[in-house]
Amino acid sequence: MSLEIKRIETDALIIGGGTAGCYAAYMLGKEGKHKVLIAEKANISRSGCLAAGVNAINAYITEGRVPMDYVNYAKQDAKGIVREDLLLSMSEGLNEVTKDLEDHGLVILKDENGKYVTRGNRNIKINGENIKPILAKMAKESDNVEVLNHVNITDYLVENNQIYGAVGFNVDEQIAYIIKAKTVLVATGGAAGLYRPNNPGFSRHKMWYPPFNTGAGYAMGIRAGAEMTTFEMRFIALRCKDTIAPTGTIAQGVKAKQMNGLGEIYETKYGIATCERVYGTTKENQEGRGPCYLKTDEISKEQEEDLYKAYLNMAPSQTLKWLEGGQGPASQNVEIEGTEPYIVGGHTASGYWVDNGRSTTIKGLYAAGDVAGGAPQKYVTGAIVEGKIAAQSIESFLDEGHEAEAKADIDASLDSQAKAMIESYGHYFDNKETLITIEQVEETMQKLMDTYAGGIGSSYQFNECGLDLCRERLEDLLPVIDALHASDMDELLQIYEIKERMTLAFSLIEHLKARKETRWHSFAENMNYPSESEEFNKYVNSYMEDGKIKIVMRDLVDAKNKLVFSYDEDNRVKFGGEAE
Amino acid sequence: MSIAINPNKCVGCKKCVEVCPGNLIKLNEGKACIKREKDCWGCTSCLKECKVGAISFFLGADVGGKGSLLSVEQKGNERFWTVTAPDGNKKTIVINTNESNKY
Repeated sequence: MSLEIKRIETDALIIGGGTAGCYAAYMLGKEGKHKVLIAEKANISRSGCLAAGVNAINAYITEGRVPMDYVNYAKQDAKGIVREDLLLSMSEGLNEVTKDLEDHGLVILKDENGKYVTRGNRNIKINGENIKPILAKMAKESDNVEVLNHVNITDYLVENNQIYGAVGFNVDEQIAYIIKAKTVLVATGGAAGLYRPNNPGFSRHKMWYPPFNTGAGYAMGIRAGAEMTTFEMRFIALRCKDTIAPTGTIAQGVKAKQMNGLGEIYETKYGIATCERVYGTTKENQEGRGPCYLKTDEISKEQEEDLYKAYLNMAPSQTLKWLEGGQGPASQNVEIEGTEPYIVGGHTASGYWVDNGRSTTIKGLYAAGDVAGGAPQKYVTGAIVEGKIAAQSIESFLDEGHEAEAKADIDASLDSQAKAMIESYGHYFDNKETLITIEQVEETMQKLMDTYAGGIGSSYQFNECGLDLCRERLEDLLPVIDALHASDMDELLQIYEIKERMTLAFSLIEHLKARKETRWHSFAENMNYPSESEEFNKYVNSYMEDGKIKIVMRDLVDAKNKLVFSYDEDNRVKFGGEAE
Repeated sequence: MSIAINPNKCVGCKKCVEVCPGNLIKLNEGKACIKREKDCWGCTSCLKECKVGAISFFLGADVGGKGSLLSVEQKGNERFWTVTAPDGNKKTIVINTNESNKY
């Protein structure tokens, strides 16, 4: 099957129209000076993390607090491995973007004095059901923004460490796209589906993170030689059992405590950092004191009704489960479990190594939201601020004319790169059908990661021998994936989603090996090195060179020394600092 | 966990095909159908998008499903979520979309 090739030229290409991508498009649209194109795998109206809604605004500077308080909270939660500079620039923008969302229709709870009602120290209460349609509408407000829905971007066009655009395909029609752009924002989100999920059967996609976020942005960056950071800080969510619905609404909303099968409150025993809440639950189960619960059986019927509504606004399966089972949280404690690990820079510090303007180490390529590293606890508003900061950097980049001059030899090279990528799509259609299916390959990858790289089945624990074996067995899968047959564009998409996760898995394994300590229980439980080590008060970074992952350890960056990249005449990045 | 589409109600308008964040719905002989029911995330975007109430949501038995269907209907600022049990019993919860969550 041959694909029709469509060529598009734009000033700024935004890959992924989720939270960060939509807001970046809105910002560039408001300025109105440059052509913007969003390439989105599904449809921006409900794509990404916010499809079903969100329970609260979890990153907000409440009255009496300052942005540095938020930086310190995130730093403490990640045991020091954060980029303070990134967290600070993010925290400083949280309240302004929240107001902007409210002005565009987000419902936020207010008290009699018109002030936002808080939930804890950093959260405000909202009706987040329609937050994504609101963001999508904002993105489309201006005429200079175009949206290309249902297009999956697979590769960057990079020459001499500068970005020139990207290549992708339509997920339905037989069309390949070559998109030339002066600058690119990657905002594809994080990665689910690396590990065997909680419900591996019929409900395999009933997971915390969107199963459709498969790490495309990480994979493209890794292959293009971009420097990445802290993949080893995996994220594992503590969720309601089976439905994998949020627990924070119950824990913070009705102050339910974590309780084991013996009726003991265990949450104070292990600490309250995000990873420790998961670790505590894992340990209680491992040591025979499970199942674990949120103790809700003392709440009122009125509170129960409010919980039914709150869950319908973000995770309807939980309300359905309560109603269908005939027992709500007021009469039955809510069982909880840890999810499979995800790679997601909105909650941990995993992702692109960026400077304070969210520039990556590839000239002209910016990153925002879950795909960008260094700044955990972003949540929705933090991802939006990153989209805004990246948009401002892109605006300056274009205004100052940093885009590369058109040169015939570069053009020819980019064209042959693009054609090779499109031929690569085609070969999956030409492959003969075999007994090995896409589904089997996915199961195998997830099983290997679960067994040897610290999945649910191994209580999140791993060691070096296991990681090495995992890498070897994953390498054995590569030719099998290459020989997979696609009969239509939908199957081609499924194959590429596996390829992306495989690329990320190889990097993740090297990161897990490189941090020879256990700083974050469960998130990175290295059984060869079960305690924390001062030697690792550093970032574990990586980049691909000649097809191999190289690890580089970098010193911590504090809030007073913003990291600013510059590029020498060969486009190699220089890690300058900008002291305040 | 997945969705069930009633072909007798579906008018083939493709709104669900367009909105699904997983590109999981297609038209077959003019009616919407899910490509791989195991791949549904359960976000219910398609239920909210469907103007004729043809799509319902259900839980697989592996996560506690017992055959009930969840459907939703929007009337003005009110969203009516209804759980219909296999015996036909219904329970409806009404949510004002202009009101915030209490928690």
